[in-house]
Amino acid sequence: MARPPLTLDRLAERYGPHLNTAPPGGWDDESQRPAQKLVKTHCCFCGQQCGIQLKVRDNQVIGFEPWEDFPFNRGMLCPKGVRRYLQGNHPDRLLQPLLRADDGFRGATWDEALDFTARRLREVQERHGKDAVAVYGGASLTSEKSYLVGKFARVALGTRHVDYNGRLCMVSAGTAYKATFGVDRSPNPWSDIPKAQVVLVAGANVAECAPITTDYLWRMRDAGGKLILVDPRMTPISRNADLYLPVRPGTDVALFSGLLHVVLRDGLHDREFLADHTTGFDAVAAAVEAWDPRRTAELTGVPPEAIEKAARWFAEADRAIAMHARGIEHHSKGVENCLGLINLCLATGNIGREGAGCMMITGQGNGQGGREHGQKCDQLPGQRSISDPAAREHVARVWNVPAEQIPQAGYSAVEIMEAIHRGEIKALLSICFNPLVSLPDSAYTREALDKLEFFGVVDFFLSETAHHADVVLAGSLQEEEEGIVCSAEGRVIHIRQAVTPPADARNDWWIYVELARRLGQAERFPYREPREIFDELREASRGGPADYAGITYERIDQEQGLFWPCPSEDHPGTPRLFEGGRFFHDDGRAHMQVAEYRESGDPCDAEFPLFLTTGRVVSHYLSGTQTRRIGPLVAQYPEPRVELHPRLALQHGIASDDWVTVTTRRTVLTAQALVVRTIRPDTVFVPYHWPGERSANQLTHRTLDPRSKIPEFKVSACRIEKAASAPAWAVQSLPAGASQKAPARR
Amino acid sequence: MSEYGFFVDPSRCIGCESCVNACAECETHRGHSMIHLDFLDRRETIATVPMVCMHCDDPTCAQVCPADAIKKGEDGIVQSALKPRCIACSNCVLACPFGVPKVMVKQEQMMKCDMCYDRTSVGKRPMCATVCPSQALAYLPKDLIQIGRRETPVHSFRFGRQAVTTRVAVMAPVGRTEISLDVADYLWEQP
Ligand code: SF4
Ligand code: SF4
Ligand code: SF4
Repeated sequence: MARPPLTLDRLAERYGPHLNTAPPGGWDDESQRPAQKLVKTHCCFCGQQCGIQLKVRDNQVIGFEPWEDFPFNRGMLCPKGVRRYLQGNHPDRLLQPLLRADDGFRGATWDEALDFTARRLREVQERHGKDAVAVYGGASLTSEKSYLVGKFARVALGTRHVDYNGRLCMVSAGTAYKATFGVDRSPNPWSDIPKAQVVLVAGANVAECAPITTDYLWRMRDAGGKLILVDPRMTPISRNADLYLPVRPGTDVALFSGLLHVVLRDGLHDREFLADHTTGFDAVAAAVEAWDPRRTAELTGVPPEAIEKAARWFAEADRAIAMHARGIEHHSKGVENCLGLINLCLATGNIGREGAGCMMITGQGNGQGGREHGQKCDQLPGQRSISDPAAREHVARVWNVPAEQIPQAGYSAVEIMEAIHRGEIKALLSICFNPLVSLPDSAYTREALDKLEFFGVVDFFLSETAHHADVVLAGSLQEEEEGIVCSAEGRVIHIRQAVTPPADARNDWWIYVELARRLGQAERFPYREPREIFDELREASRGGPADYAGITYERIDQEQGLFWPCPSEDHPGTPRLFEGGRFFHDDGRAHMQVAEYRESGDPCDAEFPLFLTTGRVVSHYLSGTQTRRIGPLVAQYPEPRVELHPRLALQHGIASDDWVTVTTRRTVLTAQALVVRTIRPDTVFVPYHWPGERSANQLTHRTLDPRSKIPEFKVSACRIEKAASAPAWAVQSLPAGASQKAPARR
Repeated sequence: MSEYGFFVDPSRCIGCESCVNACAECETHRGHSMIHLDFLDRRETIATVPMVCMHCDDPTCAQVCPADAIKKGEDGIVQSALKPRCIACSNCVLACPFGVPKVMVKQEQMMKCDMCYDRTSVGKRPMCATVCPSQALAYLPKDLIQIGRRETPVHSFRFGRQAVTTRVAVMAPVGRTEISLDVADYLWEQP
């Protein structure tokens, strides 16, 4: 039974989250002494991967300095980047391996912890079969580590079931781009954005989740371009939107079909491009036939005139870009939503050119690189399909195993949790993933974790999920390891090690190598440093869509990053894909796919008449394991708030700061109201960064997109009411420094 | 390259508070942020406004300081109050037309944005304007901003009878040369 060994209060007392508010040595004293070195690296807190210099003294990160020469952000950073250094030298940092004990966790030696982990994994596999063990990875890991996690699962453990938290992020976009273009990457570098005449941003809270992109959008407008925003909320970039389309949650693909309908009706499509470079257009055209502006307006709540205008702006521009993020992808039809936008771009010939394209905005730190090299349940390194015999042969050669020994595709992240719940999977080894906060329907996730016969976690802080662990292997922060990542624009960049892990914490890669050795696979995991893993990764990726063969640490440093594919060391890399209308399918064409609208998996009815949608705020990253421990970031947004429109608030007698209870078909959540005119009156928004009773994911449902297996975080049916009093979580003491009842400033 | 200028364009601001966080990292006032970021009225709008010191040519804060504690350097930078002189009376806080100075109760000293003196004096850009993801706060060669943006940088402000000229510019609609928010300034009054 993998239940938390102590009450949650007592675990929080010992392991946090506590708040770090000052650099090592405090603001006034020690930390004023100058840095011994400045390490050029990248921020760990989103897929923009801003260049940043970390100030280091005495093997501690004591602050930051902007890195103005790095071309992507030229010194710009959001508050997460500015304050990220406060995750180092943190009182909650795990400094040695922990083993579950009667009164909580006890410290252990590495030999003890690793022997125990390997023995338990082997026992479960001997008793229940290889596939009774599952492996979770994460998209904040360097590409070396994500490669290692995939290989470890498939070679050292021989299980089918390895997947990662990018399943909650990029898979809808990835599936749609693979199907249409044959490759999963944003086709355009960010430098294309200011060159567009029209940019349509759909379901992307750029200002809060990809803040640096704001500057690119504003420069596009400086040059005379127009910004079209599709979102149920007026997010901060709406202040300079030229056209705002307040789409009803869950109806994005209908809106995109409506736009394409107008384009085709008015003959604004690029017939030559479609004929020369695509397949499937006729079926797509037939499918959007029914979506005239009136019908589209009825479903989406966007006025017919606005639909007409957006379609014309987009189609009449020489260079238009559509950008999208989780707002259209976190749906049981997330793939369709992406396909709808892709079809709009292809039909208007907006792809593969400077300032023209369809761009996904990757969310997590290594959201792009983390999905390319084999921790995804259906892929092998190089973005190869695991069911493709040639791909299996190639990777088997690199791994020095028989191809038939590589397992076939296993379950995706949510499916793994479901298999644990029904008893099919008995043991889990997880790194860089906090499913108790980030998966939908957290009560279900908790029940599943409780059922595990063995649960091992690699982490640097004790996440809420790790409370359930039998063993916690104290791993490393991003700044403590060397490696590469791939940013949202497809640029492969170098994460430089700034400091070594403190005390008895260890590099993550070392932990997996040691486990593999204990599982009798030492010769297949002979690495002494990340560079050796990278060199193997390059070979494994050679010839695949995400070809890294020509990328070296040295070239990255000299060339300020390199865009894949980069098949040889004399290849310049590929900043823009699909130039000349050449796509990655064998026939060189884009394969347009019909994208049909369908109802959400948790539809509204009389009892649950409102839409609940979830997302992020600018000062927090994902499940908050790191940012909920950084004082200034917590002060900026201390607790979840329920955003609702004044019209809805009036119906329920709710004012800002009142406690509101949101009820879905799962359970309830009570938090303070933020009454704002910037959200649709039929929709409430709750950010998801918090655990326990503050967790928005208590409310969400487990309906998955049938193809991408992404959960439908962006639409749940709900109702609201004013709460009689503050909830238990708000009455209990909060970490020092966090105000209990933050004023509704934002 | 021309001389560098500091340009403020609130219409670009996304309220991310990166500037607020970065300002606290400046060497001259470590741990204290000197930036003012206002959410105008969150119920009605997402609009936010950042405010740094405008570094006035004839600083009102210095004019009203009874202890003569506020100094403007040769370089045009208006500094925090001199610690030995400042009596923390808050005259400057009340008088500054832009609402910039802050009296730090614990230190008994007025502190304010000094345009990252530690940085700008050695050729680095100020923290806030370097990190700002929207470049609502921008520190650029003066000719560059005019090429890149449609708005006009304005250095003259009127507050009723008081006219203020500043080193820092606010980006205003094309062609504006002065910003005034008082109807009285626009009236024709018989001399
Ligand atoms: S979180 Fe993203 S946008 Fe913010 S500083 Fe880090 S990489 Fe840049
Ligand atoms: S950093 Fe820039 S965008 Fe963010 S709040 Fe400050 S001025 Fe506004
Ligand atoms: S210029 Fe420097 S001191 Fe002034 S507000 Fe910006 S960061 Fe703070």
